[in-house]
Amino acid sequence: MIPAPFDYAAPATLDEAISLLEQHGDEAKILAGGHSLIPMMKLRFASPEFLIDINNIPGLSYIREEDGYLKIGALTRESDLEHSDIVRNKFPIFTDATKLIADPQVRNMGTVGGNIAHGDAANDHPAVMLALRAEVVATGPGGQRSIPIDEFFYGFYMTALQPSEILTEIRIPIPSASTGNAYHKLERKVGDYATAGVAVQLTLDGSGTCQEIGIGLTNVNPTPLRATRSEDVLRGQKITDELIAQAAKFASEDCSPSSDLRGDEAYKRSMVGVLVKRMIHKALERAR
Amino acid sequence: MNCKTSREVGGMGHSLKRKEDSRFLAGKGNYVDDVKLPGMLHMDIVRSPYAYAKIKSIDASEALKIPGVIAVVTGKDLEQYNLHWMPTLMSDTQMVLPTDTVMYQSQEVAAVIATDRYTARDGKEAVKVEYEPMKPVIDPYKSLDPEAPVLRTDKEGKTDNHIWHWEVGDKDKTSKLFEEAEVVVKEQMHIPRIHVASIETCGCVADYDKVNNHLTMYMTTQAPHAIRTVIALVAGHVGLTEEKVRVISPDIGGGFGGKVPVYPGYVIAIAVSFLVGKPIKWVEDRSENLQADSFARDYHITAEMAGTKDGKILGTRFKILADHGYTDASANPSKFPTGLFSIGTGSYDYDTAFMEADAVYTNKPPGGVAYRCSFRVTEAVHAIERITDRFALEIGKDPADLRMQNFIKKDQFPWKSPTGWEYDSGDYHAGLQKAMDTLGYWDLRKEQEEKRKRGELMGIGISTFTEIVGAGPSKDFDILGIKMFDSAEIRVHPTGKAIARFGTKSQGQGHETTYAQIIAEELGIPAENIQVEEGDTDTAPYGLGTYASRSTPTAGAAAAMAARKLRDKAKKIAAHLLEVSEDDLEWEVGKFFVKGAPEKSKTIQEIVFAAYTNHPQGMEAGFEATHYYDPPNLTFPSGAYICVVDIDNETAEIKIRRFVAIDDCGNIINPMIVQGQVHGGLTQGLAPAMYEELIYDEEGNILNGTFMDYLLPTAVESPNWETGHTITPSPHHPIGAKGVGESPTVGAPPAIANAIVDALSHLGVTHMDIPITPYKVWKVLNEKGIVQ
Repeated sequence: MIPAPFDYAAPATLDEAISLLEQHGDEAKILAGGHSLIPMMKLRFASPEFLIDINNIPGLSYIREEDGYLKIGALTRESDLEHSDIVRNKFPIFTDATKLIADPQVRNMGTVGGNIAHGDAANDHPAVMLALRAEVVATGPGGQRSIPIDEFFYGFYMTALQPSEILTEIRIPIPSASTGNAYHKLERKVGDYATAGVAVQLTLDGSGTCQEIGIGLTNVNPTPLRATRSEDVLRGQKITDELIAQAAKFASEDCSPSSDLRGDEAYKRSMVGVLVKRMIHKALERAR
Repeated sequence: MNCKTSREVGGMGHSLKRKEDSRFLAGKGNYVDDVKLPGMLHMDIVRSPYAYAKIKSIDASEALKIPGVIAVVTGKDLEQYNLHWMPTLMSDTQMVLPTDTVMYQSQEVAAVIATDRYTARDGKEAVKVEYEPMKPVIDPYKSLDPEAPVLRTDKEGKTDNHIWHWEVGDKDKTSKLFEEAEVVVKEQMHIPRIHVASIETCGCVADYDKVNNHLTMYMTTQAPHAIRTVIALVAGHVGLTEEKVRVISPDIGGGFGGKVPVYPGYVIAIAVSFLVGKPIKWVEDRSENLQADSFARDYHITAEMAGTKDGKILGTRFKILADHGYTDASANPSKFPTGLFSIGTGSYDYDTAFMEADAVYTNKPPGGVAYRCSFRVTEAVHAIERITDRFALEIGKDPADLRMQNFIKKDQFPWKSPTGWEYDSGDYHAGLQKAMDTLGYWDLRKEQEEKRKRGELMGIGISTFTEIVGAGPSKDFDILGIKMFDSAEIRVHPTGKAIARFGTKSQGQGHETTYAQIIAEELGIPAENIQVEEGDTDTAPYGLGTYASRSTPTAGAAAAMAARKLRDKAKKIAAHLLEVSEDDLEWEVGKFFVKGAPEKSKTIQEIVFAAYTNHPQGMEAGFEATHYYDPPNLTFPSGAYICVVDIDNETAEIKIRRFVAIDDCGNIINPMIVQGQVHGGLTQGLAPAMYEELIYDEEGNILNGTFMDYLLPTAVESPNWETGHTITPSPHHPIGAKGVGESPTVGAPPAIANAIVDALSHLGVTHMDIPITPYKVWKVLNEKGIVQ
């Protein structure tokens, strides 16, 4: 439980942080909330030589509506998201999700940006962001760029972030009024990674037809997974129990869970199916 | 509860706030890791990645190049001083550090000594050990195969992996009964290997003073006096005889049995301090604690019950395979290799039973300690309470009715069990009735019937257990030959305030409060004026320590007896002061008064003052007493627990809707502390029932060696515990108390398991091994075609 030696800097500006990243390259890691990185370092699964602590950089923690987006600063703590009025009213999915992230102490430190930038399919925000069709803003030496969430996750702990880029903001399109979203994960005990987790957002038109839908899956695939076939079944349709069952079946078929102490593949596929069904129902209730 | 004393005096029955808590809440506790001595060095331990391997070489050269690394100590170094082996408390043997072979994953291989904790850890990383892995023996059932390798080649003449055989009861009578009985039920059960996982891990600061040839050992131990004796036995040949050793057990952050054994780390720290002449601190990290320290349980039990079709229990038969890992490192009384498993005939009136056990070695960490369960009582209670439910299911009788039918009746106590125990007292019918009334048992049974018709899964499980604690009477109970008495020494100062010292050691039990209450009850000195001290072998009287719910039954009794000696002395002094005969005096808590003239009285404070200022001619001055209490019998707490579960018929998630726990621990010293003990114990009973198990693969690798996968339930997982009491005092205990710390840990698992099995019994499920997880239940539902 004692990490290998490392150097540490706490820059006061984003530019400084980026130039430190450029200087140290792969040997450097960004320290935000630290709730994924520090345990890995203590177990010596990760031994970065240089930590760049971004907690002193002002202007990276905010939740605001702007230009048709909900914008979340990367340093926003999970507990801020959990208790934000904007979020609670328009995106109850975040309230669902943050309550299931670890425990209050961790949520007081852990950041939304870190949860995504870590590139772990077991984290909860990636699936939520897939359902919400978010964009990730990366800031590097050349300025800002926006990355659609579908292009962000590459592989196990691998993301579209370049070595000298820092994730600085998450942008979520604000949907029309008849929209509902929901998230749930099954966990063995509080603070556990998901056995399986499902995020759903759907938008209905005036006639009750499903205009748009996003479904993201947690920890049942090497990367956070969009349940594309399930979305296609429902998009443009009046949602019925039969269609929901079909969507659930497709999601359980299309994921690739690995067997582990949480359960075998069959069990996890089954849980994906159940959760897709339940989260669609919950999102529907919230949309109406 | 009726109290004899005022709130100000705070004797028995008062819910006094715990005296120790103010320092814990203020962060002012003093734990081993808080001990910092001048010149102190730090130790980390290189551990084996293999379950069974030859050590080809240990190369410390890179580690020794790191600035601040002082030394790397191996088994070969300790061998020069004959300190590389040590005895276990079960008279088995265990390596301190290996000279040639490692026997389990995470076994200690070498120790790195450095100037600070961080450097020690870096040094550990730099030690290169070359191993030659061998095929380990992991499955205890295969351990006795003729082709299995003999693991303990260090034991001369050992030709197999068998450790010992134990049996009790009448084998032939039991066989005959089972051949002839109308109904026989049988289940194979595994009580999983689990870990105490106390908040504080194990550690020590070994401080050897070369000039005075004296060792002070600050140590996380539940039994400081016994440990001092063990150190003297192990290290006496190098000059550390018992008077040269002082063991100090400071504040302890949870023990639960895991801090009874002597771990290699302690001995290495002593050896290194002895060799380098500096204090050595060793504190395990969480993973080391979980992976290497003594496990608990790991009993494979074949349980059988015989009875009549109308529900009369006639007999039980249990056959145990005990997996002890590399060595038998249990902490049982010497004559009881399976602990007090023989309490497993339960709370029921029948006269035929037979139990036998065989213990084996495997390539897993050694153990097993009694994790908050007296000695193997959890295993026994699980077996009897599960098989009782199985019997009820077989004959189609409600398990509550079946228990009521078979309970030992209140007027049958003292009751002689078929395995030889004499149960002191109990009222099992009252306990279960109270639990059923609290719950609304029969309404819930109706609800369950209706739910089943709708395909919903709901279950109700009962556990009506008898515990056996307070070890124990010297004719039967010893550890390494030392009888299992315990002690109290009370010194009352001239101003009427007292210090009391004990041979036990609190690890969270609240002794500083409850012992003071016992003395307050006996003498009338306010509990707040009685300072309780434990854990320093230089000052406290000798005792066997705190585990197995023995503190109140033994040291608590010693406190009352010592206080009564003082009361006898007080009476003599009072007679002298009041100028009357002792026969003319009467005691009312806190004072003696003259019969018929209550205005003529002397308070205990006046009497104590006189003991120092005006004592009668011929009487010794002072006001002190010591008592070593040798209990005449064990005590037999009991309880009736009922659990109600709802199971999601898609996800198989298990929700405990209600849990009612009615305990009978005899007279209660502090109701609030008892309730706290019960809450904690129930949560530690929930743990193995639904969450915890140490899992090993075929190569002996632990698969859940951190808290990420070794699932300790938290407040979130814990249901609302509904607690209550019946009170049946122990007739032989000076204050009628029985001990309560372990009842809930022992009683809860079968109540939960029985509830879950009950929820699935209509599908043909008769038994499930704990921990019963949603995944396990899902697999059952999947097999039965309920879920896909």
